[in-house]
Amino acid sequence: MIFPETRFALPDFQPACAEIFVLFMICLILMTSLFIKEKARGTLHFLAQAALIGAAALTCTASGAGTVKRAFSGMFVADMMADLLKLAIYLTISLTFFYSRAYVAGKLPRARGEYYALTLIATLGMMVVVSAGNFVTLYVGLELLSLPIYALVALERDSSRAAEAAMKYFVLGALASAFMLYGISMIYGATGTLDISAVAEGFSRNRGDRATAVFGLVFLVSGIAFKLGLAPFHMWVPDVYHGAPLSVALLISSAPKIAVFAFAVRVLINGLFPLSQDWRAMLLALVVLSMALGNLAAIAQTNFRRMLAYSSISHMGFMLLGLVSGVIDGNAKNMINAVSASMFYLLTYVLSSAGAFGVLVLLPDPDGDSGEISGLAGLGKRSPVLAATMMTLMFSMAGIPFFAGFFAKFSVLVAVVAAGSFWLAALAVFFSLVGAYYYLRIVKVMYFDPLPDGARNIETPFSMKVLVAANGLAVALLGIFPNALMFLCVKSLSFSVFA
Amino acid sequence: MEFKTFVFYFLSAVLLYAAARVVTLRNPVHAALHLVLAFFSASGIWMLLQAEFLAIVLVLVYVGSVTVLFLFVVMMLDIDANRMREGFRKNMPLGLGVASLMIAEMGFVFYSRFSGHVESAARQAGPEYSNVKEIGRLLFTEYAYPFELASVVLLTGVVAAVALTLRGKQKNKSVDPSEQVFVKAGERIRILHMPPEKME
Repeated sequence: MIFPETRFALPDFQPACAEIFVLFMICLILMTSLFIKEKARGTLHFLAQAALIGAAALTCTASGAGTVKRAFSGMFVADMMADLLKLAIYLTISLTFFYSRAYVAGKLPRARGEYYALTLIATLGMMVVVSAGNFVTLYVGLELLSLPIYALVALERDSSRAAEAAMKYFVLGALASAFMLYGISMIYGATGTLDISAVAEGFSRNRGDRATAVFGLVFLVSGIAFKLGLAPFHMWVPDVYHGAPLSVALLISSAPKIAVFAFAVRVLINGLFPLSQDWRAMLLALVVLSMALGNLAAIAQTNFRRMLAYSSISHMGFMLLGLVSGVIDGNAKNMINAVSASMFYLLTYVLSSAGAFGVLVLLPDPDGDSGEISGLAGLGKRSPVLAATMMTLMFSMAGIPFFAGFFAKFSVLVAVVAAGSFWLAALAVFFSLVGAYYYLRIVKVMYFDPLPDGARNIETPFSMKVLVAANGLAVALLGIFPNALMFLCVKSLSFSVFA
Repeated sequence: MEFKTFVFYFLSAVLLYAAARVVTLRNPVHAALHLVLAFFSASGIWMLLQAEFLAIVLVLVYVGSVTVLFLFVVMMLDIDANRMREGFRKNMPLGLGVASLMIAEMGFVFYSRFSGHVESAARQAGPEYSNVKEIGRLLFTEYAYPFELASVVLLTGVVAAVALTLRGKQKNKSVDPSEQVFVKAGERIRILHMPPEKME
C-alpha cells in the first residue's frame, strides 16, 4: 500500500513480528497482573515464558536464513546475526525467569507483575538493539533496555543497598547515554546520515569529515565501554551486582551484554569500519585496563557477587580482544574469525554467568542474598548438585582445559596471534592465570572448607536441580564439542555483517 | 558583522551565563529560574536555525512543564544546600583541571575544523516550507518505528513509577452505595431478647 502524497509505502511488518509479539505480551501481563487473584499469581511466570517461547518461534519462522531483510525505511535489520543473538537472549532471559521464580515470589511479592513486565521490556530493548539499522533505533533500543533495569534494581524498596545501587546505576547510566548521544550527533554532523550502512558508504566515498567523526567516536566508544562495564567505566558494576536483588543481578550480568556486543559490532564494524584504526586503539586501551583491573581487584573480594562483578569486567575485556584483532593493517581478512571468536566467548560467558548467579539465587536466604564467599563453605556437602555446577562454571570461567571457557579463550587468542600481537596474547594469558586463582578459591571453599555449625542440607526442588545441572553440563559440553556453536557464529556473521 | 551573527553571539552569551549560574547558585529556586533563561536562549538559537517548531516545543515542554516540576520538587524537598556542597572546594582543582583539558582538546578539534564557517551550511528554506508538516511526515513515515518504541519507553516510565511508589491498597473508609441501599434493619440493629425483669 503506497500513499502518493507522502511517498510512503506501508512497511513490511513480518520481519519484526517477534518484537510486536513481545510488546503484546508485555501489555497482556500488565493487564493480567492488574486483575488476577493473589493466589493465581504464578500464571504471570507462565505468561512471561510463553512470550519468550512465542518470540523464539516467530524469530525462527521469520528468519530469512542467510538473507538480510530491512524494514521500516532501513530502521530495522533482520539478518542471521540478529536471529542468533535474539535466540541467545530469549534463552538467557528464560533461564533468568526459571531461576528467580521462587526468589521473586518470596522477595518481591507485590511487584511480581511489574518484575516480569519490566524484564520483558528490557528484553524488547535488547531485541531492538540487536536488529537496529539506524543510530536512532540503536539509541532508543538502548534506552528501552536500560530504563527498566534501573527500576528493577530499585524494586526491593526496603533495602537501602538496592536504592544506593539503583541511584548510582541510574546517574552513571544517564551520563553514558548522554555521551553516546553526543557522539552520535557528531557522527551525524560528519556524514550527514544516521543510517548505519550509509555512514560507512559516506566514508568510502570520502565525503565524511574524519576528524569530527573520530571526535564523536571517542564518546560512542566510552558509551559502549560503560554499558559493557569496561575499565575505566566500570565503577557501577560491583555496586550494582552487589546491591541489586539477586534475580536482577542475574539479569544484568547476562543478557544485556549480548545486546551491547551487537551494538558494538553494528556501529564499529558495519558503520565506522573506515575508522577502524582509531577505534582499535581506543578498544585496546580499554581491553588491557579491564583485564588488569578486573582480575587483580577480584582477588581481594570477600563477597562472591562483587567477585563476579570484577570477573565480568575482565571477561568483557577479554571478549573485546577479538574485535581489536580483527583488522590487520586495515585488512579485514581476519575479521570473521576474530569477531566470531568474540561472539563465541560472549555466549559461553553469558551462559556461565547466568548459571553462577542462578546457583546463588537458589541458595537459602542469608547465604545467597548476602553473597559472602564464606557462606559457600561446605556447599559440596550441603547440596552436591549446586556445588558441582558451580565448580563446572568456575572451571570454565578460569579457562581450564576442556570446559567451554577454555575453548573460548583459545579461539580469541588464536585471532590475537593471527593479528601478530604476541605481547597482547601473552598479557591475556598472564591475566587469565591470575584470574584462575580466585575461581579455584571458590571451589576450595565449597569442597574443602569445614561446614559451619548448624548448617543444614539445602532443599532444592527437583526441577531446579535438573535445570542447574543442565546449565553446568551445557558449559562443560560446549568445551568438548564447540564446533556447532562456533559454526553458527561464523555463519551468522558471514551472512550478515560481512555479507 | 551581520545582525544575525550578532543575535547568535548575544543569545549564546546569555545561554552560557545562565547555564553557569544554574550550577553555581546557592538558592535552588534561583538556579531553576536560570534554567528557564537557559532554555529560552537555546530556543532563540534554534529559531535562528529556522527550526521554529523545535524552538516552540522547547519553550512549551521544558519551560512550561519540566521547570515547573523542578520548582515543585525543589520547594517540597528540604534540601540542605550546604551539605550538598561538601567537598566542592576540595574536588574543585581536579575538576577544573580535567574540564579545562577536555575543553582545550575539544576546542582544538573544532577550531581547526570550523574556523571561518560562520553561516550554517544548511540550505535556506523558502517561506512556504513548513517545519511542522515536515517533522510530522518524517515521524509518521520514516521514523515510525523508533517513534512507536519511544511510546514503549513512556510505558516503562509509567510502570516503573507505579512499581517504585505504590505501597499496596490504602485501607480507606469509603462505603458502597448499593450495599447501603440493600441493607436490612436486622443487619443494623441487633435485637436482643431479654427476659423482663420482675419488680420485687
